[in-house]
Amino acid sequence: MTARIHPVLGILTGIVFLFLLAPLVIIVGAAFSDTSYLTFPPRGLTFHWFANIFAIEAFRTTAVTSLEVAFLGTGLSLLIGVPAAYALNRYRVELPKWLATLFVLPILVPEIVFGFSLLKSITIGLGLPVLPSLILGHALLVLPYSVRVVGASLAAFDFSVEEAAISLGCPPVKTFLTVVLPNIRAGVIAAFILAFITSINDVSVSVFLTGPGISTLPIQILAHMEQFFDPTIASVSVLLMLVTVGVMAIVEATLGLTFLTK
Amino acid sequence: MNKFAKWGLTLPATIAVIVLLLVPVILTIATTFDEPKGPFSTYAAFFNSGFRVNILTRTLRIALITTSISLVVGFLAAYVIAQMPGRLKSLAIIAAVFPLLTGVVVRSFAWLIILGKNGIVNDALTGLGIIAEPLSMLYTEGSVIVAMVYLFVPLMILTLTGVLEGIPRDVIEASSSLGAKPVATFLQVILPLAVPGLIVGAVLVFTGSFTSYATPQLLGGERQMMMGTLLYQRAMVTFDWVGASTVAAIMVVITIAIVAIMSRMARRLNPMAV
Repeated sequence: MTARIHPVLGILTGIVFLFLLAPLVIIVGAAFSDTSYLTFPPRGLTFHWFANIFAIEAFRTTAVTSLEVAFLGTGLSLLIGVPAAYALNRYRVELPKWLATLFVLPILVPEIVFGFSLLKSITIGLGLPVLPSLILGHALLVLPYSVRVVGASLAAFDFSVEEAAISLGCPPVKTFLTVVLPNIRAGVIAAFILAFITSINDVSVSVFLTGPGISTLPIQILAHMEQFFDPTIASVSVLLMLVTVGVMAIVEATLGLTFLTK
Repeated sequence: MNKFAKWGLTLPATIAVIVLLLVPVILTIATTFDEPKGPFSTYAAFFNSGFRVNILTRTLRIALITTSISLVVGFLAAYVIAQMPGRLKSLAIIAAVFPLLTGVVVRSFAWLIILGKNGIVNDALTGLGIIAEPLSMLYTEGSVIVAMVYLFVPLMILTLTGVLEGIPRDVIEASSSLGAKPVATFLQVILPLAVPGLIVGAVLVFTGSFTSYATPQLLGGERQMMMGTLLYQRAMVTFDWVGASTVAAIMVVITIAIVAIMSRMARRLNPMAV
């Protein structure tokens, strides 16, 4: 699609982008302020609040838990999601339609309802400890990414290539690993990144599944904010934004960012 | 072999969804009907409480306003982005994706700095002498809506950019070469073709804001409770699990109804559908 853009539309779009980016710039500014309260523009310049993050033990332990949960949850979702996506595409005609719907249910059910139900049934009902509950909850939460994003890659894959390998005597598992998987690499990477980011930022599910001693970073940030309103939170936010920058660099290097509009 | 493969490969994911999601959520909803005072007593209690009905209507209102604003703002930006030359377009998409990949907590927190008592807006207004005392803008419906629009505009931009880029150039050229003015081309060609995308975006934003928790918690507080924060408060503060389950059931029903109605609309309004 191509049409002429009126200058007024251009200016309005500029304002939209200012609206999108200014708050993030403000957080960065506030993180360096030499005041005990949050303010922008920053007064003075200090790295004290960054040092403060590392001085507070709760931030260190919850960051580790968040990474643990994100890696294991995302890994688990790919482990069960990629075979499902493969079967859904390979046996598209034979498998019932509701199966594909089943795997996107985690998007349809409100996250906060899912978190609460998981707490009731799994953590309390079945007595599963907090950490495994968190990992399972996050794996389910991000399962739609594994199935849908990998599925989109598989939809473009020509399965006759796979059949050729098998008819030439390659065992099915080896065929999958050496023929199918390299062809859907981009989809798997994209699914991993989207799932990882979703997991590490999640509040609605985690808020129910954190117990004494075990919490995730976003939940810890919320808890800290209730007691202190100092620039420490701004500096944690800056660190989290750096993670986002890193992730975007990976996306750009592997898939190209325009991938995300598809 | 094939028979085993096609079911066996989907089995782990199927079991996971049923055991961890479907059964727990159904149990949550089922418990609301298993009340000594009758199966619908907890719903009667919900809808007889002015306080709780207020929260439901507030949540619906905030979700509706957020969706409307996001649609207009997102469509405008996506429309301009779709016409941009390659390099500028990548930059614009980066600028939209970055906030999207930044967490909800961080993005909501930004508005605490902006709208707070010592925030930028108050500093600017008192500095300019427009107001004498700082305004209390936090914990109002407006502050929740601003933060939610901020949260969802990037999602709308990305959804609509993809849709607008997918509109074939020939269709637009045909329209203008046949003498349609740009406004007519926009209203009669581009907009109708974008309707399915607009509906997808609207569903994403409406359900996202209707079920949000972190943003109303931070910017609405106790005063502007929404369904998500009400559910949390019932479950984890007052330990009224039946009350919390009732809120959960109402959220599920409304979310599914919205998705069902809107996807039916998307199918009917799609001009490309045969």
